[in-house]
Amino acid sequence: MNKLSACSSMACGISLQPKMVLASLRVRKQGNGRCTNVPRNVNLEKLQNNYLFPEISKRELQHLEKYPNAKVISLGIGDTTEPIPEQISLSMANYAHSLSTADGYRGYGAEQGNQALRKAIAETFYKDVAIKDTEVFVSDGSQCDISRLQLLLGSKVTIAVQDPSFPGYIDSSVIIGQAGDFQDKTGKYQNIEYMQLGPQNNFFPDLTVTPRTDIIFFCSPNNPTGHAATRKQLQQLVEFARDNGSIIIFDSAYAAYISDDSPKSIFEIPGAKEVAIEISSFSKFAGFTGVRLGWTVVPEELLFSGGFPVIHDFNRIVCTCFNGASNIAQAGGLACLSPEGFQAICAVIDYYKENAKILVDTFASLGLEVYGGVNAPYVWVHFPGSKSWNIFAEILEKTHIITVPGSGFGPGGAEYIRISAFGKRKHIIEASWRLEKLFSKGKPLCNCLK
Amino acid sequence: MSLMNNLSTSMISSSSSTFLAPTSFNSSRTQSVSVPLKSINIVKCVATPQEQQNAYKTKVSRNANIAKLQAGYLFPEVARRRAAHLLKYPNAQVISLGIGDTTEPIPDVITSAMAKRSHALSTLEGYSGYGAEQGEKALRAALASTFYRNLGIEDDDIFVSDGAKCDISRLQVVFGSNVTMAVQDPSYPAYVDSSVIMGQTGQFQKDVEKFGNIEYMRCTPENGFFPDLSKVARTDIIFFCSPNNPTGAAATREQLTRLVKFAKDNGSIIVYDSAYAMYMSDDNPRSIFEIPGAKEVAIETASFSKYAGFTGVRLGWTVVPKQLLFSDGFPVAKDFNRIVCTCFNGASNIAQAGGLACLSPEGLEAMQEVIGFYKENTKIIVETFNSLGFKVYGGKNAPYVWVHFPGRSSWDVFSEILEKTHIVTTPGSGFGPGGEGFIRVSAFGHRENVLEACRRFKQLYN
Repeated sequence: MNKLSACSSMACGISLQPKMVLASLRVRKQGNGRCTNVPRNVNLEKLQNNYLFPEISKRELQHLEKYPNAKVISLGIGDTTEPIPEQISLSMANYAHSLSTADGYRGYGAEQGNQALRKAIAETFYKDVAIKDTEVFVSDGSQCDISRLQLLLGSKVTIAVQDPSFPGYIDSSVIIGQAGDFQDKTGKYQNIEYMQLGPQNNFFPDLTVTPRTDIIFFCSPNNPTGHAATRKQLQQLVEFARDNGSIIIFDSAYAAYISDDSPKSIFEIPGAKEVAIEISSFSKFAGFTGVRLGWTVVPEELLFSGGFPVIHDFNRIVCTCFNGASNIAQAGGLACLSPEGFQAICAVIDYYKENAKILVDTFASLGLEVYGGVNAPYVWVHFPGSKSWNIFAEILEKTHIITVPGSGFGPGGAEYIRISAFGKRKHIIEASWRLEKLFSKGKPLCNCLK
Repeated sequence: MSLMNNLSTSMISSSSSTFLAPTSFNSSRTQSVSVPLKSINIVKCVATPQEQQNAYKTKVSRNANIAKLQAGYLFPEVARRRAAHLLKYPNAQVISLGIGDTTEPIPDVITSAMAKRSHALSTLEGYSGYGAEQGEKALRAALASTFYRNLGIEDDDIFVSDGAKCDISRLQVVFGSNVTMAVQDPSYPAYVDSSVIMGQTGQFQKDVEKFGNIEYMRCTPENGFFPDLSKVARTDIIFFCSPNNPTGAAATREQLTRLVKFAKDNGSIIVYDSAYAMYMSDDNPRSIFEIPGAKEVAIETASFSKYAGFTGVRLGWTVVPKQLLFSDGFPVAKDFNRIVCTCFNGASNIAQAGGLACLSPEGLEAMQEVIGFYKENTKIIVETFNSLGFKVYGGKNAPYVWVHFPGRSSWDVFSEILEKTHIVTTPGSGFGPGGEGFIRVSAFGHRENVLEACRRFKQLYN
């Protein structure tokens, strides 16, 4: 990123072309704009690139400009495609209508969320692990919750992330000031512990060589690798956190995709309530990517080093920096957790899981190393010795399929591509067919893209 | 966990937390209060009981910034007092003129659009997933043409959000901990609290009731509720709300021109909160961008909350002009966009559909009607306090009435009013030391409740 020198009329005309504005008021000509004396936040300067997913969108748009008639299939950003089950959208519509009635109108809701919804979340997802409704904080989604948790924790804590991992953990950490500078050589930010995952360690970090950090971000089922940690692995993780006095932030956004008996919540592990926060979302569960609804569980037992309850501070953040999830979205959430709603949602999840299976089978049949796709809607394909952005570009150019290059998730993803299983069945099948055509031509792809 | 005994869940069956069943529009309201209650879940800080001392503790230090905060956020504290009052007087007809919560139903044209969008999400053609984090194009365009026509603000200068309170914190994240800020005193508490959380401030100084490192710009009747800028130290950021919450004061064109010059001379950034602009009766600017040169020094934040009754629906926006640059020339909008993309994921698409309907001709007309209703409430409240001989401020350009109780502690007056009339107000000191001696009375409420409240005020103070 070019750091502009002292403000001059040249410096102020970067990529945003100021326009001459005709206005009834006298407005200064924009060409000689002035800078303020407010320093840019050094933490934002540290960020290396744009956030990963808008970058993927950008590439998709560029590709469409180049090939306006291409039938682009998007298996990149994990965006849900199937309609929300009718009973759920009906409940949201009804709720919207009721806001026009004297009896039904509601103003500010509790910042922590509607009580009935908090109860339903606790009962649906945490029934056997004794999480109370008062420990559930409803939100407008995990990406927002991650940042609120960072605000809660502040700049002086250290974090560990899986490598690869959802970029929101690292980026929010850099933004809040926990990280040092980015090192081009390693592809890592200083002061962040990257816990490498790969087939060699069964996609679970070797905790014996992991130094202590205050916070450990852990996503399972994992985005992007698709691996769901086993009970044994999570026990190790909880023990590790306990021994180190660390706090696990457990991202269970994809728990509903688990096919085997891997734990769906960190709180299934004894002792986890004293060391873990869990975040989750209706996005991939109910197709609420645009509706915006999620939740965070902060157990009462979780205490800072001085004995102060974490939940108290999180509540303060929620009350001060947030004003609750949309009441209409929350009405939808409640309907999702009704017996009929839940059943309908499971059918949609099965649909995506079937997509994932098709993709896994496709790559496997081509003799490629494929991971994930069983407990998560992501397929993680290894192209040993390659650069993931090159593979991404090649796939896009030759098959008009958008994927996500693994290095967007950290250096541990450098040789991988993430393929998301969200999409219409016919597109998944079409994509599989195109990929078969591309990769079955012997394997020149891997060699020429170093 | 006995520590959590004080974690009071909503003790009163609150219809505000009872969702309507999917097939029924009728909710059963059995409470005796006149207005819907916010369900309250507050954790009170209490001394650690014995067993807690033996409880497992992590080794993660508490964020020292949050530890600086003195009490809970103001409005949950008011809500807590109200809940406690209701416990004491279960049959009291409590009237809430405290938290500025809208009470009138949202006009049909708006809710129909939201219902339509909800239904559409169940269809193949109508389903949409992730939206643009900056907001839907049509809504951004409508906001630009409705509120910023001829001011040179373009669609892509506008970022749609889930509300001004959230935007304030996102702006703080953009600015980081190494900036200084100024606020009006009194002011909406989220500016100060978010600044403390972000690490921009020093400790709270009990003797002056101010946080170190924040510049408090005193706004009083004596200075017409506009700070004497000649006495204000330079800060990087200046939060300015007009029409003002809590004083109701609306800055004139002349005053805002001085403010913009002040910011320009100091190289500061104004964060201009225009959440109540549509309540303006006088001919004052509604947007900071009406002032020449403002685009190079100001960000504007706004909200559908008090216009469309969207306090629960959650929709607002922030304008960051392209011309606004950090000291090294880097556009503030670029960093704000990065925060919006990384720390946020867009406002609810259903809420945005509602927002678009708000800005249709029919929607605008309907919103004006509801705003007019609340303004009439305000008038009634102003007249009441005037007739009782109080010095009354605000109420003309904002849905807040700022009543002076010289020499008295505002929390004491708050408690007295609550105890003797069962009316919830907001104590002025909750908005900063400059609010001491004042009570904020909000004008949101059903007409009969406002009239009844005024009767009770007359009884108490006659």
